[in-house]
Amino acid sequence: MTIKRKACIVGAYEHPTRKAPDKTVAQLHAECARGALQDAGLTLQDVDGYFCAGDAPGLGANSMADYLGLTRLRHVDTTDTGGSAYLIHVSHAAQAIAMGKCNVALITLAGRPRSAGSSGVAPRLVTPDTPDVPWEMPYNPVTVNMYALAAARHMHEFGTTSEQLAWIKVAAAAHAQHNPNAMLREAVTVQQVMDSPMISDPLRKLDCCVVSDGGGALIVARPEIAKKLKRPVVNVLGAGETIKGQLGGQVDLTWSGAAISGPAAFEEAGVRPTDIQYASIYDSFTITVLMQLEDLGFCRKGEGGKFVADGNLISGVGKLPFNTDGGGLCNNHPANRGGITKVIEAVRQLRGEAHPKVQVPDCTLALAQGTGGLLGSRHGSATLIMERQ
Amino acid sequence: MSTSNGERLLPAPQVDAATEFFFSQAREGRLFIKACTSCGKPHWYPRALCPFCMGDTEWRSASGRGTIYSVSVTRRAGPEPYAIAYVTLDEGVTLLTNIVDCDLDQLRIGDRVEVTFKPAEGGAVVPMFRPAQE
Repeated sequence: MTIKRKACIVGAYEHPTRKAPDKTVAQLHAECARGALQDAGLTLQDVDGYFCAGDAPGLGANSMADYLGLTRLRHVDTTDTGGSAYLIHVSHAAQAIAMGKCNVALITLAGRPRSAGSSGVAPRLVTPDTPDVPWEMPYNPVTVNMYALAAARHMHEFGTTSEQLAWIKVAAAAHAQHNPNAMLREAVTVQQVMDSPMISDPLRKLDCCVVSDGGGALIVARPEIAKKLKRPVVNVLGAGETIKGQLGGQVDLTWSGAAISGPAAFEEAGVRPTDIQYASIYDSFTITVLMQLEDLGFCRKGEGGKFVADGNLISGVGKLPFNTDGGGLCNNHPANRGGITKVIEAVRQLRGEAHPKVQVPDCTLALAQGTGGLLGSRHGSATLIMERQ
Repeated sequence: MSTSNGERLLPAPQVDAATEFFFSQAREGRLFIKACTSCGKPHWYPRALCPFCMGDTEWRSASGRGTIYSVSVTRRAGPEPYAIAYVTLDEGVTLLTNIVDCDLDQLRIGDRVEVTFKPAEGGAVVPMFRPAQE
């Protein structure tokens, strides 16, 4: 049993807003759902599967399904692995479609952390009874330092440098120049990254993603339905998912969950890293990209620094064009969760609808990779491989 | 450049069935970890069931000495910089902590450290680490 070519991504929509003080989170979800359905050429009445995660207000999917007016649901999934959840949703939607549980699945994400004053140096919200909290919160783990610890260890073990990490931001910014909706649209140099303020050693301000309001939505449908629609058909080829934690105290910060979700996705898809023409790689911080690239097999472990340097991730310049929308580093990071925008830009590339300045010529095979939670302690990882039919 | 940690006011640790013994021992200046009564392996953070084999667990006294596995000085998350770190205890488990009482800019992965206990609200204390004295 496989999901290979059992389902297609037929609708994709990224909300253009990056600051939405006058909208509610529920409204943003609905605007994203409408945008994705219009993109697909489908209506609310066609949706019989709904997927959302922790950014959706209310209990599980109950509030949002009712708010959206989803009255024909046969399948519901609220898997939440942080920002990687939406890639898992695509995989689970494909599974549900393959099993006959639904025909048209809607996935939504939205949030307004920018308007709410969220920041990567604020204490993370925790729920009562979270078992790790009493052992860690006294030490003030915040988002940025739980990635910085992984970066520091990577530098120690493999000689990775801050300049090499900076190249990841340079590539994202090179792409963001062409995205009119991107939050940060100016090209930057390695030196500008190096000159930006140190936030948590060794990560500087320009190693960090943006905080933006907004959202996105995806529609996954049965191939028979996809063929009747007017949009290019994007097949789901393979997927992998996992959760990586502290391993009972045998902490190893040199690898991410992508080392497990990646090989699973490649095996199901029947392709290799060298076959991938475009990659969306979750970029909460520059180090997140570097480690996932290694773990996915785009280069050997420890050689990520060399791989990303000298523009190798810039479309039209390097071997692996990545995050051609500008990614979370420059474009958008709605709800502080990166997964859905990763899939959306991969779909744009496969449809040939990315900006002409960053479009990969004849892009037929793309990968999206998400990490959700904290790279340095506990995170979900999801890998998705897609093809244009 | 030299950076010292300011004295942050630590919130009181959460006391419940999982933590009460640990923090009561910390008040006496003792550091404990947990180990499995079936497979014998130590683990961190402490759990009622072993994360390796689901056996029952018991508290074991720890040396309080270890090595920095990774460290980051966080400079923009409050009024004072602080060093967050993973320290691998000599017993073999790695825990999240802060390194204190030193020039934070001089901290390096591989440095030897020892436990120290810092006051928190309500008379509680929280274990942290400082550079080993010898």
